[in-house]
Parts: sequence; structure tokens; C-alpha cells
Amino acid sequence: MATYLDFEKPIAELESKISELRHVPNSGDVDIAEEVLRLQAKVDKQLRATYAKLTPWQRVQVARHPDRPHAQAYIDRLIEDYTPLAGDRAFGDDLAVVGGLGRFQGRPVVVLGQEKGSDTEARVKHNFGMARPEGYRKAQRLMRLADRFRLPVLTLVDTPGAYPGIDAEARGQAEAVARSIETCLEIGVPLVSLVIGEGGSGGALAIASADRILMLENAVYSVITPEGCASILWRSNTHAQEAAEAMRMTAQDLKRLDVIDEVIAEPMGGAHRSPDEAIDAAGSAVGRVLAELAALDADTLRRRRREKFLAMGKKGL
Amino acid sequence: MNWLTNFVRPKLRALVARKEAPENLWTKCPKCEQMLFTKDLEANQSVCTHCGHHMRVRPLQRLPHLFDEGKYELHPLPKVPVDPLKFRDMERYDARLKKAQAKGDGATEALVVASGTMGGRLAIVAAMDFGFIGGSMGTAVGEGLVMAAEMAVARKAPLIAISASGGARMQEGILSLMQLTRTTIAVGMVKEAGLPYISVLTDPTTGGVSASFAMLGDIHIAEPDAIIGFAGPRVIESTIRQELPEGFQRSEYLLEHGMVDLVVHRHKLRETLMRLTALLSGPAGAESRALAAPSR
Ligand SMILES: [Zn+2]
Repeated sequence: MATYLDFEKPIAELESKISELRHVPNSGDVDIAEEVLRLQAKVDKQLRATYAKLTPWQRVQVARHPDRPHAQAYIDRLIEDYTPLAGDRAFGDDLAVVGGLGRFQGRPVVVLGQEKGSDTEARVKHNFGMARPEGYRKAQRLMRLADRFRLPVLTLVDTPGAYPGIDAEARGQAEAVARSIETCLEIGVPLVSLVIGEGGSGGALAIASADRILMLENAVYSVITPEGCASILWRSNTHAQEAAEAMRMTAQDLKRLDVIDEVIAEPMGGAHRSPDEAIDAAGSAVGRVLAELAALDADTLRRRRREKFLAMGKKGL
Repeated sequence: MNWLTNFVRPKLRALVARKEAPENLWTKCPKCEQMLFTKDLEANQSVCTHCGHHMRVRPLQRLPHLFDEGKYELHPLPKVPVDPLKFRDMERYDARLKKAQAKGDGATEALVVASGTMGGRLAIVAAMDFGFIGGSMGTAVGEGLVMAAEMAVARKAPLIAISASGGARMQEGILSLMQLTRTTIAVGMVKEAGLPYISVLTDPTTGGVSASFAMLGDIHIAEPDAIIGFAGPRVIESTIRQELPEGFQRSEYLLEHGMVDLVVHRHKLRETLMRLTALLSGPAGAESRALAAPSR
């Protein structure tokens, strides 16, 4: 069953009418078929109108939509010969970070990303995409592997943030995130990051200090969750909506700030309505960007990556 | 680069600036709750004379105790766009910033960059100020770190970063997050130049600062009993709904867990830094090594 967000209520009502009509026994009836068509047109119109003017807080809801395609869906659709690799060689294998070797558009690559999981069981298994230190150390390991074999790296960003827990702190969460950022900056191969859902703070940046940062239209990326921001600055998480606006966390705002390079349009009604279409659009953008970076040598890549981040923040909105 | 430098005799200035208001006469130790004579406490570098607790100190109180004869130069931070997002929570960010700058304590941002000699050897120190909006890191702090790193490289001096921060400055949104990468680049430049980068972690060092340059030192020194971690204790407690173990995220806990090299008493910090920078500057000193390196 489809999940509807609060602001999608009118759409939910229309679609439930359509599904009722489709279940009318005499569905060959011309009137019913016409009514379905009429309603479907209304749905399209409504979707277009709603999604054309999403507020930042609504985008946060879309970015976290349970049916939105997650990292593994991108890997499954875009990567051939995918061979998952496991472990940080120090403590364990963190399933919040998935990744491995494979082919993207025929070329060998390293792909890695945060996986949120798509049902309750998977969400628990992947810890809702919140990595522990071993997840970040696994990411570092995979990036170093790519560097050694001159393979481009694609990272898929989708996390509420690095996991805040006793065990994570005990094993050096801060160091793991810091070292992961450092690894992003040190590798001499193209590094492209695709923010597919939620770019949650340092936990996201740890794998997104990249040559190019692409973001889906309804993805968000911020220094703290709007709820967290609201509870600190407004002293109540009921102000999350205002925090989402104030922080400028949408792809559109981040592009204006030159923090990201490109916004990838999503299918009508968001990526969760047509996951394959969304993934393919992202795939072709990644392909184009990787082709641009392919000609650059290691030193040039590293130098430009540094310059890109050092130039950030020189202008406001 | 043209640095505007002002020479400061911090001890003299501190004497002039001090107001002998009665409420400042005594300070209560937050640890042992003993009432301490403020003058004694300051003379003791804000370490409790009763229980040894290391209270938070601001850069201008700390720096005189690090450099030879208490002398150093302050380097103003580069100009950055003020309030780049036009952020407003319960208060406008630019107003909040102005208020923090108008407190009369001389602080204009949560970072101070200084240079001077330690045991005759030049060192660049970037010291964070928890007293300025919780030591939060925004564009100005990041830019200051980059400046400090560039100075260290240009003058072939070690970089010492002293952290005291609750994390990123939320009011600068994503731009504050980007400082994690930018400060990592900064300390990377120092390392690449073959120069020592020493990170001193003080109470508290959490969030974006711990998850970037503070945890990337060649050597990590912590002050005793400082809170150091990624997530703040309250965030962890509210996420896992579990009480935190005794001593969790304290310096000694980090030492035990392999995250810092040394826990050093504030009275021993200067000599420790002098010894380490000397040891890391090679047998013939950093100068000759830098000469041997290919010029850019
Ligand atoms: Zn005490």
C-alpha cells in the first residue's frame, strides 16, 4: 500500500476513488473508464501543482519518504557485476554503509552509500542508515581501494546522521568521520557524491567531500536535522518547519550557495512514485559528470577538490 | 599575504581590563563547589586550587601561558560574509553575533589565531573560544583555521589547534557544515608541508569540530576531564534512552579508548608542546628540512 504524506491528502483521496472504481465488477463500463481517466487527470494536475511548490519542510518529508529509492536500489539498477565488500578490517561490518565493486556504464567503479532499509526489518538491520565508526572506516577502506586501482568512486548519501550511541563514541565516531572526510580529500581518483534522500550533517559529509556533488530535486542536506535545530535554537522541536526554512537545506538553495553542483529533476510526484525513472535520471547525470572528470590526473583532481571547498562560503544568498 | 598584526602584552591588558567588582572576587568551582578567590584561580590558570578541576578558559587567558615570556602576536581573522543565510530563529543571527561581539571582552569570533615562540621556536596557535557562541564553528572560524595553516606553512612552523566547541554554528546552515571539510584541508596543508600539527582538546570538544581538524592531529593532547566526543551526552541519552556510564566521553576515557595520546595538566601544556614540537622538527630543525623540500 502506498504511503501518503500529510500534504498529499487530496491526492490520496483521488487515488483511492480510482482504485475503488477499478474494483467495480463491471469495469468494462465506458462511464467508469471515463471517470477513471478524468480522475487520473485530476491526480496528475494535483501532483504537479503540489510538487511544484513544496515547502522546505515538505521536501524533508519527501526526502524521508519510506518508499523513496534507497542506496541499494540505485546500486541494483545502475551497477553491473556488483560485488559487495564487507568490513573495516578493524572491528566489524556496519550494514548502515553498503558498497563494493562493480561496473557503471561498463567501467569498473567503487560504489558505496548509506542504506536506510525499505521495510521494518531492513531498517533495523541497516540501523536506519546511521553508521557507526566501522561504517566510516569501511568507506575509507573502499575509497583507498579505488585509489589504488584508479577507479572512480560514487557515493550515495542518505542518512539522518552518524549514529549517536555509547558504542559509537567508544570506538571513536568523531575520528572516524574526520578521517573519512580526509580520505575523500586525499584520493587521486574522481569522487562523485549523489545525495539521494537525507544528507544528515557530518555523517553525510564524511562521504561527500567530493569533486562533484549532485542532489536529487527533493533531497535535503543540512548541518543538523530541522527537529534538532528547532530543539536547540527554538527550544522546542515543534518549530522544525521554521528550522527547515531557516537552514536553507533544499537542493535548490544549496545550488544557489554553490555548495552542490547540480540538481537532478525527479519524476512527477517525487522519486518514490517512479523509482526507476528517478534512478535512471540520476545515473545519466553521474555518467556525464564522471566522463568530465575522467581526463584529470590525480594531482589535478586533489587540487581542484581542495579549491572547490576552500572557495565555498565566500558568498551568501 | 599582508597580516595586520597587533602586538599585545596580554598580562598588562588583563590587569587594566579587570574590574574588581565584588561579585568577581570569588568563583565557585563547578566540580568541588569550593569558593575560590578569583585572583588565586587566575594565577593558577583557572585550575581549581582545591580539587584540580580544569575550568574553561578563553584564548586570551590561555595564550600568555603558552608562549615565551607570555608574548605573542594576534592575527585578525579574514573577513567573511556576515550572516550568509539571513538566518533567524527566536532572534536574528546578525543581532546575536553583534551582541556577542559587544560584550566588551574583545572576542569577535570563536577563534583566535596567534603566533610566537615556544622555547625559541616559532609556533602558530589557533585557539577556540567556547565563551563566544559556544565556540561554534562557522565560516569565520573555518577561514581562520585556513589562515593559521597557511601561516604555518609559509613560516615553516608547527600548527597547534586548541579546541573548545559545541560544534558547527547552526545559524550558518550548510556553510557551517562545510567548515569540516575546509578545516580538514587546512590541517592537510600543514601535514603535507612536513610540519607538525598538534591538536589540543579542551572542555568541551564535540560535534563538527571533533569530527574534523580536532581529531586529525599528528598528536592529540587532552586537558584532564574534558568532554570530548562526536554527539553531545544529552543527544546520546535522548536517542538511546539509557544512562551514560561514569566518565563517558571524558579525556581519560578517550585515552583508554585510544583516541588521544596524552592527558596533560594545564600547567604542563607549554612544556609538553615545546618538547613535542622540538622532537618533531627533526635533528637539524624544521628550517633546514624545509629548505631541502622542493619549492612551489
Ligand atoms: Zn574544585
